Parts: sequence; C-alpha cells; structure tokens
Amino acid sequence: MSAKSAYRQMEESITLAPVEEQLADWGGGREREELLTLNMGPHHPATHGVLRLLVTLQGEVVRDIKPVIGYVHTGIEKTAEDKSYWKVIPVIERMDYLSYYFNAMAFCSAVEAIAEVEVPKRAQYLRVIHLELNRIMSHLVWLGTSALDLGAISMFWYCFREREQILDLFEMSSGQRMHTRYFQVGGVIEDIPRGFAEKLEAFLRVMPNRADQYNALLHSNEIVLQRLRGTCPLDAQTLLDLGVSGPLLRAAGNPWDLRKASPYCSYGDFDFKIPVGTVGDNYDRFAVRLAEIYESVKIITSALEGLPEGPHITTDRKVALPPRHELATSMEALIHHFKLVTEGMRVPPGEYYAAIESPRGELGCFVRSDGSSKPARVHMRDPSFVNLQALAAMAEGSYIADLIATLAMLDPILGGIDR
Amino acid sequence: MPDATELELIARELRGADDVGPDAVLGTLHFRGKASLQVAPAALTATLSHLRERGYRFLASVHGVDYHPEEPRLGVHYELLDMESVDRMTVKVRVSTQDPHVPSATPDWPTANHQEREVYDMFGVVFDGHPDLRRILMPEDYEGHPQRRDFPIGGEPVLFTFNEKQGR
Repeated sequence: MSAKSAYRQMEESITLAPVEEQLADWGGGREREELLTLNMGPHHPATHGVLRLLVTLQGEVVRDIKPVIGYVHTGIEKTAEDKSYWKVIPVIERMDYLSYYFNAMAFCSAVEAIAEVEVPKRAQYLRVIHLELNRIMSHLVWLGTSALDLGAISMFWYCFREREQILDLFEMSSGQRMHTRYFQVGGVIEDIPRGFAEKLEAFLRVMPNRADQYNALLHSNEIVLQRLRGTCPLDAQTLLDLGVSGPLLRAAGNPWDLRKASPYCSYGDFDFKIPVGTVGDNYDRFAVRLAEIYESVKIITSALEGLPEGPHITTDRKVALPPRHELATSMEALIHHFKLVTEGMRVPPGEYYAAIESPRGELGCFVRSDGSSKPARVHMRDPSFVNLQALAAMAEGSYIADLIATLAMLDPILGGIDR
Repeated sequence: MPDATELELIARELRGADDVGPDAVLGTLHFRGKASLQVAPAALTATLSHLRERGYRFLASVHGVDYHPEEPRLGVHYELLDMESVDRMTVKVRVSTQDPHVPSATPDWPTANHQEREVYDMFGVVFDGHPDLRRILMPEDYEGHPQRRDFPIGGEPVLFTFNEKQGR
C-alpha cells in the first residue's frame, strides 16, 4: 500500500478535542436548559396562512405554544347582520375558504330550521354531491400543502391537478370555481347542466386511481413515515375535552362523524364507512384523511346513481325565487320575485344552532332571527378555531420539526379561524 | 334531542339540586326540536357539571349574542352534546352591559378557552376565573366590542399613510 496522501495526513492531525473541552465549560452547560422563545410567523410558509406561534423551546424541544390569531379577521359575522338572508351566503362562504359549500350548508340548515323550509330530495342529493366534492377538494389541498411541509414538492402539483378537475365541475354547475353561492335557503340555485353527470363520472373513475397513486407515493416513503409515525399523539379523551372533532378525533379511534351520528341532508341514504385511526399520531391523522377521499367518492357515486327527479329548490314562493318563465305570465310570481329581490325572505323569530361535518370537524352555525329579513346574529363555530387549541397539547415535548408536521396534519384554515 | 317533557324533567332536577337552587333555572324553551335552558349566571358552573353527569360531555360551542334592545342585553350560549344518545342541549345565560360577569367554564371545559376569549373580545362579557382573558381576534389596543348591535359598521376610519397621525 502506498503511503497516505499528504491530505489524509493533514486530516489526521486535526482534532476537535480542545474545542469540545471549551464548549463543555462554556455557560456551565446551561445552554441546554435555558428556555428560548421563538416567534414563528405570521408569514412562515408552514403556518398555512397568517398564523403566528410563540414557541417556547428548550434546545430543540417544544415546551409551550401560544397561537396568536386575528391577522385576517374581516368581521364577516358583523357584516352578515347587515345583509338579507340570501346575501349572507356569499360572505359566509368566504370564512373557511377551502370548504365554502360547507359554510353555506351550515348557514342554510340553520335558516331552514327556523323558517321550517322543506328541502326537496333532489336538492339534498345535489347538495351531497357538491359537499363531498368539496371535501375531496379540501383534502387534496391539505395533502398537497402538507407534503410540501414535509419536503415533497411534487405531491403539491399532483393534488392540484385533481383539484382543478373539481373546480371545473363547480364552475359547470354554478358558474364559479370558488365561493360558488350554489346553495340557497330551500335548495340549490340551479339544477346541474347537461353534461355535468358525464364529467362527474369521468372524475369519479379517475379519483380512486389517483388516490392509490398518492398512497403509493407517500405510504411507502421512508421519510414521510419517519416524520409522521409516532409523532405528537394525543388520546381521544383529551381531544374531546379540547372540543376537537372531525378527522383529528377519528384518528384517535373515536368514530364520531355527524354524517353517521345524526344524518342530515339524506346522508342516511348512502353506504359509506368512517375511517378511524388507532393511536392518534400524525400518521393516523394523515391516513384517516386519505381514506376519507375514497369514502367521499363512494358517496358521490351512489348519490349520482340515485339522483331523484323533482324540483331543485323549494316551491315555497316566500322563500325561493319563482322560475323565470312564470314572471311573464303570472302577476303573483312577479310580486314574489320583486319582494324577494328587494327585501329578501322574512324569517320568524327564533334561534337555532345547526351543525354539520365539515372536512375539519363540527362546523356549527348559530343564527338568531328577530323576524326581519336580516339575521340578528350569525355565528360560525369553526372547527379550525377550536382545533387550534389542541396544537399545544399535541406538540409539547416534541421536536420543533415535528411541530411543523403536526401543524400540517392539524389542517387549520386561517380564514375560518379569524372569520 | 330531549323532547319537551324530558327538558322539563331536567329543569326540575336542576331546581332540586343543592348547588343550583330553586330560582336558578329561569326558563326552558323547546324550539324546532331543540331544547334550551336559561339559567342565572351564578348557577352556570353547577348546571354545566350536572348536565355533564347526565351525558352531555362535549361542549361543542360557546358563543355570544346581543339581544339589543331587550334587557339584559348580552347572552352567552353553551352548546352541549351527548355523543352517546346524540342529543344536543343549549344552556343560556343573560347579563347586562353594566355588570357583564359570567363564571368561566374553562377550568372544567378546556375547549371554552379560546371561545370565551372571543366572546369577551366581541361582546365585552367578562369571564371570571378565565386563566388568560385577553382579546383574541381584534388588536390588543382596540377599543369597544364590535359585535354589539349598537357598534356601527364602518364606524372607524381606515388608517393610511396620510391619516396615520390622526389615528394615533
């Protein structure tokens, strides 16, 4: 063997021992115990919006988290009090901007309960189709951005490819891609156009295959598994005490889902399963949401197959606009049209809290009516707002890198939190 | 949902309980299939814990309402949920704007923490015993409680560079 190269000899002469000695003395080892307060956000890319976290760290270990919110507070609840009921729907949809159909659904359910409006069966099925499409869309955005947080960039483009297909469908049925104003009190604004069913079927054929591909990409990805498995678990009882619902609660093994527990909007007609996790760590949260995509596809498929004939909105003329052609022949229809457009529907006095299962948990809408054509109070119990309280309990005692993964799996939407 | 009869039975049971008292339950209402109880603020903590023992273990929502011009003006609603029998129940308290004090539910129900802060922020209801009662959505130095009915929409100027000095 030849003698060591000059470089190797030089390398061997280098020792770090004096530096390590110095480091051991420095600060008396206190730097490992000292607490450091770190400000994360409000513009950190991993916060999924304008969220600020005051993180107390001991070394790299998270000891406390204080979320600071309110940066995108727009006073939608206050704005809603100054608008007639049908004009509230567009502003309400802008709260949780990834689940706009759900916001509208919660509000319409509350108003329909107070005004005792019957929703036709076809409208209920159309609502279910759009709600579940919206759930898939919301989960796709979550999956793409969460994978981005974990360092997998290509997932983002794949997920947005399918999301685009869903937005095309929304555009077809309502004319808008986001904030569609499709749900109205008493039903939906328009029946689905010709060609919608075929396009939807094509999407339903593609989506499960795509979800399989995502599964293959992520479920056998060693980095993703190491980042998610066993990190930041929280048991079901603590989650319940913190008011957490939705996929986060189901990941901890509690199969609570309002679609099954108290079926609203004809959900009882469809056959679907509720994916649940076992330990409630980040991996379970991830797997539950991914599995929900398949269930939503199943629901849409059977809703489209069983779509009943009939009106798409209630025929109560005090609530919904008369069909356009009636205006030319009926004076009464003209009066109803005029009254509904200028003043809006009147709702009898009362208070109601309607809750539905949004992609993030229990989305409740409280509406108080004073008998006029404007609501006296609209409040959204947004699941992101309540679930955010669990972040500190989840991430305490774990590494700051796991905090990023946990925040991604929490799936907070800041528009919904701040309203 | 508990029906009207069951609601009355719950109310009677609460009136008979030592820590609630006969005068604490101010009213019951069964509206559109939903039961609600109105209680005095002093009896709130005891009422919630009694209902928890009956199975309403999930506090779904805490939100404020302004009943302007009725008195007492401010209301706080507690939406309870029984996950086993899938039952909902609302507990309501009413306080005036002069003395807006309600005992905090946060020590028993951790989920109430942020929601009570929001009610304090938006309506000015003070929750006694809350561990960290600060504004949550509005800026810390904000004056007034914007969700009150007499708080005007557009009632404050938007600060730009040219009027920055007038605003502070």
